[in-house]
Amino acid sequence: MGALPQLVVSTLLLGGIYALIAVGLTLIFGIMRVVNFAHGEFLMLGMYLAFWSFSLWRLDPYVVLVVALPVFFVVGLLSYWLVMKGVIKASHNVQIFTTVGLSIALQNVALVLWTGDYRFVRPWHASEVVRLGGAALNLSQIVAFAVAVAFTGGLMAFMKFTHAGRVMRATAEDREAATLMGIDTERVYRLAWTIGIVCVGVAGVLLSPVYTVYPQAGLQFVLLAYVVVVLGGLGDMRGALFGSLIVAAVETVGAYTLGIAWKEVLYFVLFILVLVFRPAGLFGQRGAETLGM
Amino acid sequence: MSAPVAEHGRRDGALLRLEGVDAFYGDLQALHAVAFEVYEREIAAVVGANAAGKTTTLRVISGTLPSRTGRVIFQGRDLADVPAHRRVDLGIVQVPEGRRLFPFMTVLENLLLGAHTPAARAARDGTLEEVYALFPVLADRRVQLAGSLSGGEQQMLAIGRALMARPRLLMLDEPTLGLAPVFVKRIFEIVRTINERGVTVLLVEQNVRQALALAHRACVLENGRLTLAGPAQAVLADDRLKRAYLGL
Repeated sequence: MGALPQLVVSTLLLGGIYALIAVGLTLIFGIMRVVNFAHGEFLMLGMYLAFWSFSLWRLDPYVVLVVALPVFFVVGLLSYWLVMKGVIKASHNVQIFTTVGLSIALQNVALVLWTGDYRFVRPWHASEVVRLGGAALNLSQIVAFAVAVAFTGGLMAFMKFTHAGRVMRATAEDREAATLMGIDTERVYRLAWTIGIVCVGVAGVLLSPVYTVYPQAGLQFVLLAYVVVVLGGLGDMRGALFGSLIVAAVETVGAYTLGIAWKEVLYFVLFILVLVFRPAGLFGQRGAETLGM
Repeated sequence: MSAPVAEHGRRDGALLRLEGVDAFYGDLQALHAVAFEVYEREIAAVVGANAAGKTTTLRVISGTLPSRTGRVIFQGRDLADVPAHRRVDLGIVQVPEGRRLFPFMTVLENLLLGAHTPAARAARDGTLEEVYALFPVLADRRVQLAGSLSGGEQQMLAIGRALMARPRLLMLDEPTLGLAPVFVKRIFEIVRTINERGVTVLLVEQNVRQALALAHRACVLENGRLTLAGPAQAVLADDRLKRAYLGL
């Protein structure tokens, strides 16, 4: 198996990026009980932020990364105030229509503003090949992986060890009990949404040198992210991390052995198997998803 | 209301006053013009049969259920515009029915969450020591998940978590429900200890005899209406108490 090192390394790199996308999705779901169908569109916005910064001012995506944090913090807050705040206590149907509507709106705004052209961000590191024990990859992928893992790890540590993280988990487990502790749960939802959006926006910037930028670019990733989140157990961040690696492995190995056209088929088969046999996720406890774990 | 017990704490004035509170779940009226007072440093008990409106009364006070008419006044301040989470800042802390712990979080995490308001957080480490002194078992189990504790231990954790907020008014909703007799006794002792340390207690109980033995004053709820109020001993002796329970 001469290809084994390449497959392992590719799986890891891909998995790291998927994790950053999925972790924001699972955070928003776990705390707010809202499936954010517009998640991919925020990824797309991150990609466009990187594209325009690169083509207008020659800014490297890694410089843009620093700007992306405050930018997506504001984007997250605005989208919460303008869109999510009004439906936070509404039924699931209303929430689904709201985020699907947001998704369509953002896609079409991007289409109108920036056309449907495929765009590329090609900084020097995108073509810098690194050889690692029999595997070849470009530098952009490695940096994207490192930043994504650092971000995901940082977020998990934040959730576990800080007071704000405890407050968020408590709100997910029992909203009314959290209120009785003096917790402003509305603020917690706003924070969860915003952090989720920052994660996926950053992921968009990181992905821009590796993938094509266009208005529907978010879709392919967010479908994956749903698979990852269900695999790991809804709302479970550690599960999302493992789920990302599993989906990345299926995709990488499948593309290598059966051909690239089969990769979606494979992970959707996996998705269906999980839904049939372990609906609470590979690592989840049954019923825990309703408690926001 | 002329018995000496009724005078307990009255010098300090009413800490909490309910005036003509009506509360609804949808179209269903759960409380009809409920009015009573809780005085500084006393233990007040609200007793009554199932579905008499005891929990609803506490929810109106803590703000998780808005009252449609009537007023809730705490330390002379009308709470109408104070959202539930802000009432904890004022010192109103509720231990909800069924404990409502965060089951997938550790004992220590549950306690730390109790100290969420700025004042409580500033005093957090000291309060934690006090709570551990009051409930040594919680110190032993601090790294266990709250959901893995026994019922009695969970109730202690729920009370400990509420104490972490440094309450002025501690409201307990059926703290002994479903507990073994040995724990029931222990919980009542703890409530007395907490009260002796200066915390005003509003206790909702089905365990009427023990609750009234502990309380200074009591009121009886019947189908959402206050039917009897006064010194706990007098309420315990009153025939109408039996009627409230047996529907005679």
